[in-house]
Amino acid sequence: MTTILRRLGFYVLAAYAAVTLNFFLPRMLPGNALQALLAKMQTTTITPQQLQALADQYGLNSKQSTFSQYLTYLGHLFQGDLGHSTSKSIAVTQILSKDLPWTVGLVGTGTVVAFVLGTLLGIVVGWRRSGLLDALLPSATFFQAVPYFILASILLITGGFYWKLFPYANGYDTGRNSNLTQGWNGPFITSVVEHGVLPAATVALASIAGWIIGMRNMMITTMDEDYVLVAAAKGLPRWKVIAVAARNAILPTISNFALSISLVVTGSIVTEIVFSYPGIGYQVYLAVLDADYPLMQGILLVVTFTVLGANLLADIAYVILDPRARKEA
Amino acid sequence: MATPTVTSGPGTPGTGEPVVGKPARARRGSRIPLTPKVVVGAAILFVFALIAVFGPMIAPHSADWQANATSSTPLPPSGKFLLGTDQQQHDIFSQVLAGGRDTLLIAFVAGLVATCLSVLIGVTAGYVGGWVDEALSILSNIFLALPGLLILMVVMTPLPPADTDNPLLIGLVIALTAWAWGARVLRAQTLALRNQDYVESARVIGERKPRIIVFEILPNLLPILASSFIFTVIYGIGTYVSLSWLGVISPATSTWGTMLNTAQQDSAILGGYWWWYAPPAACVALVGIALALLNFGIDEIINPRLRSARDNRKGVKYVLGLTPVLRTADRTRVGGTHRAAPGPAGLPTPVAAASEGKSK
Repeated sequence: MTTILRRLGFYVLAAYAAVTLNFFLPRMLPGNALQALLAKMQTTTITPQQLQALADQYGLNSKQSTFSQYLTYLGHLFQGDLGHSTSKSIAVTQILSKDLPWTVGLVGTGTVVAFVLGTLLGIVVGWRRSGLLDALLPSATFFQAVPYFILASILLITGGFYWKLFPYANGYDTGRNSNLTQGWNGPFITSVVEHGVLPAATVALASIAGWIIGMRNMMITTMDEDYVLVAAAKGLPRWKVIAVAARNAILPTISNFALSISLVVTGSIVTEIVFSYPGIGYQVYLAVLDADYPLMQGILLVVTFTVLGANLLADIAYVILDPRARKEA
Repeated sequence: MATPTVTSGPGTPGTGEPVVGKPARARRGSRIPLTPKVVVGAAILFVFALIAVFGPMIAPHSADWQANATSSTPLPPSGKFLLGTDQQQHDIFSQVLAGGRDTLLIAFVAGLVATCLSVLIGVTAGYVGGWVDEALSILSNIFLALPGLLILMVVMTPLPPADTDNPLLIGLVIALTAWAWGARVLRAQTLALRNQDYVESARVIGERKPRIIVFEILPNLLPILASSFIFTVIYGIGTYVSLSWLGVISPATSTWGTMLNTAQQDSAILGGYWWWYAPPAACVALVGIALALLNFGIDEIINPRLRSARDNRKGVKYVLGLTPVLRTADRTRVGGTHRAAPGPAGLPTPVAAASEGKSK
């Protein structure tokens, strides 16, 4: 229990740090950078009042002290106010609540698929060490070493553009002839699944090599343990012996996963941009193009929270799987 | 098993003779196992290092050179333009040659700075312990959870082009988002090392802490250090290319990322102009793969058990509970596995033997 409380304490601290960083980032930039940004906005449809509000938000020409600005910022945040998007003229939270489910769905699906397939493959490769599959490992690094957007583009070009296996743009059919109504109805869900295949495959492919290699390496190390030998000596069926080894080998891979979550999430952001997927990743791209600073900051905050949430889930999974983690004082 | 296999892979003419029968002392000379993976990785990397240094010089045209100012149809590869041209009639081949320098330099700077930071923070945390460890661990865990690419986007979008054009500055900023992973791994390893007897004895002798860290602990962290350096360089390349592909930073000189950016903006994919986007993407991919292959080799130094026996000799079967004979003292090898295969009292041997046919 103390372990979990300690971890929860860490998450509170990390969330606070993210919020604070979000406040100071625009203020740490070289002085005139934001001024230039605001000047760029002036040309777009934005009222002088809105511009003034923005300048206040980033502490430009403000008479308030930084500390009281910070308090105001925290106060707004607690009321769930992330400011106004300058390019879309609606509240940032509104945009985020529309887009976040898409991203979470994409990252979630991709990660679960990569975890299940990667772990199973890793077990097999590790158990049949030096088998044929071992020779395939270096090719797995291709997916690990290539930036997400290149991998995504490869899938888009092959599976989407040339072979026409799956649609490669948008989250669902938005064509002129489509008569889809958003919601829990059959046609819409089918369309969403079809459009999700390529992006989710990108996320899964990019992270699967990590799972395979991590699991293989842990399997090889674990198989030398005496308890695996005992299990085999008892005459257990082979799959049970493998299960004994795998059960223990999986723990470090899960804690390693916690290290890579933020890479997976940022990767899926890039993937969304390639596939024009309607999640927050594509939104941040639009925000960059429009120099929509409040929206970018809101997305940064929400993504950080998503990563922390995923970390928490990995922590909980670890505590469930490893009794030692529960006992630790 | 009949042919003598060479443990040091191809590419090392000096040590090309079989080292199988030599005593362990002789083999220790090179700690890096020259498996095909490492050799291929190093070779690719060497080529790209040459391109980074000499590329802009040997390029037939400058990156801004235009074949003609009137046409706006990309030309396919031909004898005149090895990789064709893009929509503005720039020579792709020259751009690819010239575009590697900044990318690799930035990734290298990012890797170097991030590795230094991770040593400073990770080793200090692991060796000093106590509240220092607590605080530094929390710091690196927080940095791990921050989405680096997004922060870089938020930081760099408002920056004036003059700043985003400075490779050293960009490398530095990327490093700030990349050190935490290495710090965490190094801390864990330092924790394991600090209570080793030899460190203990150095402490008893009265060595000062900095000396112990630098001369006793750091040398044993080298493989992990190298692996985290390579990891960071891969990350740096990916991040920099992604940022310039997104158009968040627009360097004055053409790089692989900006080439991909213009290709994307002029919808090269839809136009079917593969020679426009494929070469820069392939370069980025190749550098990444080369680095990942090197990392394989380093992983095998850290933990020799991970070494894939396929690299060195064919046919050694790892059997649960038995130590496979990888090297025998005499050259007339009877075959390690043969002796092991029957297994004493038929213990767990069937496990692996049966796995031949059954698994799938």
